[in-house]
Amino acid sequence: MPDPKSSRYMKSHEWAALDGDEVVVGVSDHAQHEITDVVFVDLPKAGRTISQGEAVAVVESVKAAFDIYAPVSGEVVAVNDAVLQNPGLVNSSPHDDGWFFRVKPGNPGELDALMDSEAYEAFLKSEAPAS
Amino acid sequence: MTTIESLQRTSLHALHTELGGRMVSFHGWELPVQFSSIITEHRAVRSAAGLFDVSHMGQVFVEGPGALALLQRVNSNDISRLQDGRGLYSHMLNENGGVVDDVIVSRLAENRYLVVVNAATREGDAAWIRRAAEGFDVAVEDRSEALGMIALQGPLSEKIMEALSTDAVALPRFGAMKLELFGRSAWITRTGYTGEDGFEVICARELATRAWQTLQARGASFGLLPCGLGARDTLRLEAGYLLYGSDIDGEHTPYEAGYGWVVKLKKGEFIGKAALEKQKTEGIRRRLTPLKLLERGVPRSGSEVVFEGEKIGTLASATFSPTLQAGIGVGYLNRPELPAGTPLSVTLHGRAVAAEVVEGPFYKRT
Repeated sequence: MPDPKSSRYMKSHEWAALDGDEVVVGVSDHAQHEITDVVFVDLPKAGRTISQGEAVAVVESVKAAFDIYAPVSGEVVAVNDAVLQNPGLVNSSPHDDGWFFRVKPGNPGELDALMDSEAYEAFLKSEAPAS
Repeated sequence: MTTIESLQRTSLHALHTELGGRMVSFHGWELPVQFSSIITEHRAVRSAAGLFDVSHMGQVFVEGPGALALLQRVNSNDISRLQDGRGLYSHMLNENGGVVDDVIVSRLAENRYLVVVNAATREGDAAWIRRAAEGFDVAVEDRSEALGMIALQGPLSEKIMEALSTDAVALPRFGAMKLELFGRSAWITRTGYTGEDGFEVICARELATRAWQTLQARGASFGLLPCGLGARDTLRLEAGYLLYGSDIDGEHTPYEAGYGWVVKLKKGEFIGKAALEKQKTEGIRRRLTPLKLLERGVPRSGSEVVFEGEKIGTLASATFSPTLQAGIGVGYLNRPELPAGTPLSVTLHGRAVAAEVVEGPFYKRT
């Protein structure tokens, strides 16, 4: 399953990991911690064509709803039914069992242009409130 | 937006930070929305116990020979039924029958009452009571700023409360007592906002941290968790309790809120009575209706409710119910006659999600 270290990241905290010729998408551990208890996940249907940066999924906690943006453009080829049935997987296993969907990328360059894990860590540090 | 620096802090603020509380702004106060997680805290209260800082709530003491007559005038419920050491839930109404606040009135002794009021309405409530007090031989004292308040809630509350007061354990539901706590006057009531057994402790601001730590130390082995506003809201909504400002306000009456039982028309005169008598004769045109989602989804305050293709209201309060594992909510629907089981839909992210009217409350302790 995707290794957080080799995944790519968006500033909106989605991760994207290359697996064969498909890209697996989920939200980062940092994001699930901020969202807290995930009680609802809505995912795009398989077969849908999505564009990078498009709001394609929704994650909801008890208190709030969060849009999930497509890290890459392409066709959704599979969605994680387990996470629809058990949204808590986003909290317990954000980088593994809590994945959202798989995309057949239309433009492989998009993935490489996203932050790598080191850049994402640095981004999180820059975002952290001064304490 | 209010910046967090300008917010009032309770005397427990430092402790909340130490305990990892995620602080948010709530009606001018900086309070923890959660410590561990809303669902974890919610479950702790349903199965064991939870501790809440409710110091933002207000305490107004009404004393004097005219105290009962004044409280009868500003309350919809019948305060004359209270014996010493007993309290009741009531609504204070405006002349139109709209709700000024929902309160708990406790009779501490003859001619001496404690009124616990909401944070957002506190100053208005005290002014409202004082205005109504003209001509009565009575003193109205708002002591909210000098007092802290802690709620201990959950089925194991009794065992934990023993650490603070063995006498309090003997209180019946809605019982109230005054006691000495760490050498100062304090009050304990057997009340709460969660649908579970529990107590609320009112003590000098400076002693609230000590009271909290005493209860937390005893409660640790019972599974007691510090709880925030998030769990407080899911617990109260499941239990069918109203949130002032969301579910009730000056524009809505107790009848419309489904709280006709707090209105005692036969008790004599009170502010708002004429309007309520009229509404009782004419019937209500909207009702705060509980509903439950039949599909996955989380309804929110403001979500539209649709019945037979027509929008019939919006949700006043709504959330994901950790107990029912489903979306729940209450909203004023302009079809007050719709019985439990009526199918309707709630619009979420532009999509109609199936729901049905249910009989409240969503949760009743067994």
